Amino acid sequence: MTTPVLRVESLRKSFSSEVVLQEISFDVPVHTATVFIGASGSGKSTLLRCINLLDSIDDGVIELDGVEISDPRVDSDDVRRKLGMVFQSFNLFPHMSVLENITLAPIHVQGVGRQEARNQAIELLKKFDLGDKADQYPDRLSGGQQQRVAIIRSLALKPRLLLLDEVTSALDPILVNEVLSTVRDLKSDGMTMVIATHEMGFAHQVADEVCFLHHGRIVEYGPPEVVLSNPQDSRTKDFLKRVHEAGRL
Amino acid sequence: MRINGESTAPQSGGRASSMWTPSQFELNRRRIRSEQNRRNAIIAIISTFLVLGTLATILITSPGFKSLTDTFFAWSYGVEVLPKVILGFCTNIALTLIAGTAVSIFGLVLALTRTSRSPALTPFRILATIYVDVFRGIPMLLIILLVGFGIPALRLQGLTSNVLVLGTIAVVITYTAYVAEVIRSGILTVHPSQRAAARSLGLSNVQTLRHVVLPQALRRVTPPLLNDLVSLIKDTGLVSILGVTDAIRAAQIASSRSFNYTPYVMAAGLFLLVTIPLTRLTDHTMRKAMERQNAQGLA
Ligand SMILES: Nc1ncnc2c1ncn2[C@@H]1O[C@H](COP(=O)(O)OP(=O)(O)O)[C@@H](O)[C@H]1O
Ligand SMILES: [Mg+2]
Repeated sequence: MTTPVLRVESLRKSFSSEVVLQEISFDVPVHTATVFIGASGSGKSTLLRCINLLDSIDDGVIELDGVEISDPRVDSDDVRRKLGMVFQSFNLFPHMSVLENITLAPIHVQGVGRQEARNQAIELLKKFDLGDKADQYPDRLSGGQQQRVAIIRSLALKPRLLLLDEVTSALDPILVNEVLSTVRDLKSDGMTMVIATHEMGFAHQVADEVCFLHHGRIVEYGPPEVVLSNPQDSRTKDFLKRVHEAGRL
Repeated sequence: MRINGESTAPQSGGRASSMWTPSQFELNRRRIRSEQNRRNAIIAIISTFLVLGTLATILITSPGFKSLTDTFFAWSYGVEVLPKVILGFCTNIALTLIAGTAVSIFGLVLALTRTSRSPALTPFRILATIYVDVFRGIPMLLIILLVGFGIPALRLQGLTSNVLVLGTIAVVITYTAYVAEVIRSGILTVHPSQRAAARSLGLSNVQTLRHVVLPQALRRVTPPLLNDLVSLIKDTGLVSILGVTDAIRAAQIASSRSFNYTPYVMAAGLFLLVTIPLTRLTDHTMRKAMERQNAQGLA
């Protein structure tokens, strides 16, 4: 049994008196995607922020490649270098061109040379059909293109694990697909991922494991064929029914 | 699809726009528009002449007009004292440049201190808050008097009693408080997700500030900072109360010698020479910033 890339054990998180996450435990083996679904406010974003050490946890353990990263003595900048994260919106830095956005961290965090960082960035942009956008500023891109650049930016650091927080929720429906197909490409390239999403069809295609989060607890988890197509828990059924009614399945 | 694909493709050798000739509707529309423009221009000219002409007539024919021009617009005397006023104005400009530089540095440091969340900086954060509250709340003239006359009165060894230096210090003390607040408000308007995005790329706190937060914050507060610069230029005149021979003081000396106020008008003109272009520039950058913000809202 090899060590999973990410292991979360009995994680608990509260904001002042409100408990937002409790008894959260799951493993993410290498080259797999774990997808979190659940209503708005169920704690998906908070979980991803905790994994990325943007929020501190109240109890439990988070391990990256078998090393505990929830230890307060760990250098959190160092951990974040190994994790990529893409948010729902406001991802790109508006005062920098696409190329500058992508090369910022390689140059200043990893110490890669300017020219080399540039070449790598352009290669990535070309791979994802954005080669002609290198010198554009974010406000000249569509929302879908912006999110794809944000994904590419986090890839430039060659992360061990990619965290995607509802990367399509702020997008026009017709722009959703290009972003999802980028994520599918990453999956087939073997990227290990934790994904929060409302797109059930996409979850079905990309997930190795689906966790349904309800009021900060994982109430059901398993392969997508079970959780999404044949849920056992009544709360999961209820949620999926509502999603279905909203036309998202 | 058809419009783009078929009808313009054969013309792609030349410029598509050169092939287009306006339709009859458009030509008609243009004729009507230019007629309207001409009519509007005529109305504007006539009304301007009427209003300004009336005002000028009232002014010139009023009984006090002769003494007014003699007192405020005595050109020959004005030209005679102009070199002295200009020399004084150089002091205002130098003071603006030196104080402006110092204020930018201290204001930035103060703003960064107040917005930092590092526990080690807590006492400095408290001090910075007190500083800003106190010095934004006291009229600058009072600070100038306190520093300019108060510090020499201490008779301490090593402290300067040069009024120009003391005046500059007083201006810097006050404006640092203003500028720190402007910069701080700019830092606060940068969306927290921008910080989170930078941190999740592994950038340190300082790198995040330097590459992500500050460039956006400073861009946003450029118009109010330019506004403060205009105020600073004017407010350097207040140090004349300490006896610094700036433009205002030079004009005062000249005018008290002759009981004529033309030197003051000269000084006012010199200030306007600098402040009006700056005000225009401020408006311009403000408009640009607004356009940029609107464009971002659409994306
Ligand atoms: N910074 C915060 N302070 C206080 N409460 C928060 C904060 N962030 C999130 N919460 C609360 O935590 C709960 C989970 O939020 P979130 O993780 O954003 O859910 P989701 O991403 O699933 O929509 C919500 O009830 C929300 O109000
Ligand atoms: Mg969320």
